[in-house]
Amino acid sequence: MKTVAEFKIHSRQVLDPGGKTVAPLPEFARDSAEILRMYRAMTQVRVFDAKAVNLQRTGQLGTYPSCLGHEAAHVGIGAAMRPEDVLAPVYREFGTQLWRGVTMTEILTYWGGDERGNDFAVPRHDFAWCVPIATQTLHAAGAAMAFKILKQPRCALAYIGDGGTSEGAFYEALNLAGARALPVVFVIVNNGWAISVPVAAQTAARTLAQKAVAAGIPGVQVDGNDVIAVRVVVGEALEAARRGAGPMLIEALTYRLSDHTTSDDASRYRSAGEVKEAWALEPLLRLRQFLVARGDWDDVKEAALLAECTHKVEAAVSEYLGSSKPATDAMFAHLFAAPPAHLHEQRLIARKYGSKSSGH
Amino acid sequence: MAHGWEMQQDANVVVIGQDVGANGGVFRATAGLQERFGKDRVQDTPLAEATIAGMSVGMATHGLKPVAEIQFMGFLYPALDQIVNHMSRMRNRTRGRLSCPVVIRMPHGGGIHAPEHHSESTESMLCHIPGIRVVCPSSPARAYGLLLAAIRDPDPVMFLEPVRLYRAMRQEVADDGVALPLDRCYILRDGSDVTVITWGAMTMETLRAGNELDKRGISAEIIDLATLSPIDIDTILDSVAKTGRLVIVHEAARNLGVGAEIAALVAERGLYDLQAPIQRVAGFDTIMPLFKLEQDYIPSTQRIIDAVELTFADGGL
Repeated sequence: MKTVAEFKIHSRQVLDPGGKTVAPLPEFARDSAEILRMYRAMTQVRVFDAKAVNLQRTGQLGTYPSCLGHEAAHVGIGAAMRPEDVLAPVYREFGTQLWRGVTMTEILTYWGGDERGNDFAVPRHDFAWCVPIATQTLHAAGAAMAFKILKQPRCALAYIGDGGTSEGAFYEALNLAGARALPVVFVIVNNGWAISVPVAAQTAARTLAQKAVAAGIPGVQVDGNDVIAVRVVVGEALEAARRGAGPMLIEALTYRLSDHTTSDDASRYRSAGEVKEAWALEPLLRLRQFLVARGDWDDVKEAALLAECTHKVEAAVSEYLGSSKPATDAMFAHLFAAPPAHLHEQRLIARKYGSKSSGH
Repeated sequence: MAHGWEMQQDANVVVIGQDVGANGGVFRATAGLQERFGKDRVQDTPLAEATIAGMSVGMATHGLKPVAEIQFMGFLYPALDQIVNHMSRMRNRTRGRLSCPVVIRMPHGGGIHAPEHHSESTESMLCHIPGIRVVCPSSPARAYGLLLAAIRDPDPVMFLEPVRLYRAMRQEVADDGVALPLDRCYILRDGSDVTVITWGAMTMETLRAGNELDKRGISAEIIDLATLSPIDIDTILDSVAKTGRLVIVHEAARNLGVGAEIAALVAERGLYDLQAPIQRVAGFDTIMPLFKLEQDYIPSTQRIIDAVELTFADGGL
């Protein structure tokens, strides 16, 4: 008997939970301004997220999937991507999207029940939120196929959750991307829970990164609460993909500190002790300790940043709450490039019975 | 042929599917394309239908126009998630920011002694999906013109290719790049006494029935629906206003078939033009049998003739 294949999965970390470096700092992390930019973005999305949950609780927003605890993974990925790359998100990657130019108002508009929130002013080419689970991985692979055929030096990046890795589409996308060496990076945000089902109930695999092995592509784990490590690992994967080396699968380990969505109550299925332990590893605390130790941050700056973030959120909320309801016509206007005749008849009925609005 | 014309004209048109490359497709629909246009633009995909539809969404939203082949309609279903949840919705949910100019071609229907799962007609499932078109040609010339139109259309088109026509019909088709309009019916045969609507391979039995009915003194107007969704109801109503009788013929099962929608639309808008109850001649609400019984399932010329004659029986007004 001989061994014909074997694998190892490596795990990457730069900052430990106390904010101390355990690996050499990358070039970008030596620039205080750049690290502060990432810390500000992480703080901004956390403040936004808390407000969004609050809006839902007070009946001013629909069901909302909080991203509490995911800030390092999201901002690290946003910072690693280029503007011309394409993002295929799941539905809670607000940190990446804000970094790429999606606005808080657009996020609230979509989760407030209005498709206009998907019509991002920037970036025009990113996919919108993908609720059905794992289907977006094939869109990213398809976009990467287009970049390859059209000879554009761009990459696609698809997010997926730990639960999503049980879906067939996920395996199909890895397989396709590997077989055609597509410029695409897949990032599993393993936050431990798919609504109420823990990772151990999804798979017998020791890691989710090793799902790459069967597709013949590299897989790596990264500490998803370490924004520096995430940016390094995803940045390397994107650059490799861009120069034609093919796809990579990255498993970012983090924890869903929130309920699954505002419709969920996680206390029904997980212990308070587990959540308390996870708070000790959370990403903002870690980066703040790093910044304080380096002399780049203090309580005064923190208070000023929180005030600034809150101000921006309030402005976005005002804009969101002040916008008019979409016109009844909107559900007909965008279905086809040129609406067929039967839709015109139905549009007239909808206009007659639909609610009145000044939106467009 | 339509593929080749449009790929020559538009560098963004690409062909993907299982065995579409060196093999030229199991029904030879893409024969020679890979040699002409290369392996980037004519690609064999992994054997995975959700992949074919999902990557089509990604390609179409980023500059390409994929013409994808599903090897048989019976293997379409893993792709339905992508068609229903993404392809059909992309333009609407992004308010036009992203769109899916995709054609998905697939062999449709039975009658060629194929194995299980290779002979079904499930167009109704597709017609129920908002945001896509469903097209089914009735001849090689119609296939050429409608496929060109489908590729040029800015929205997703499901293109159902009747397998019996691949084999039964040979026709000289001019490769002139002239598309035929979507969203409209084609009148195959003028008539004055009864309107018979059908599509795809069933046009063959229906035209034969029309010739037989002529001998019996009944002039049948035969309409090829061609675009199954959306339905060109105006052409149908005009014909019914002229003939006063309506028979709908399809190979697919009767229950909630496209014929039910046509009958409902005519009942809503043209009831007073009717001189007899509408008749449907359809596949049975059973599983499509294996091929020893497939001809017992597919509506025969005689069934069509009998249904037409029923509209002239005492039940008529």
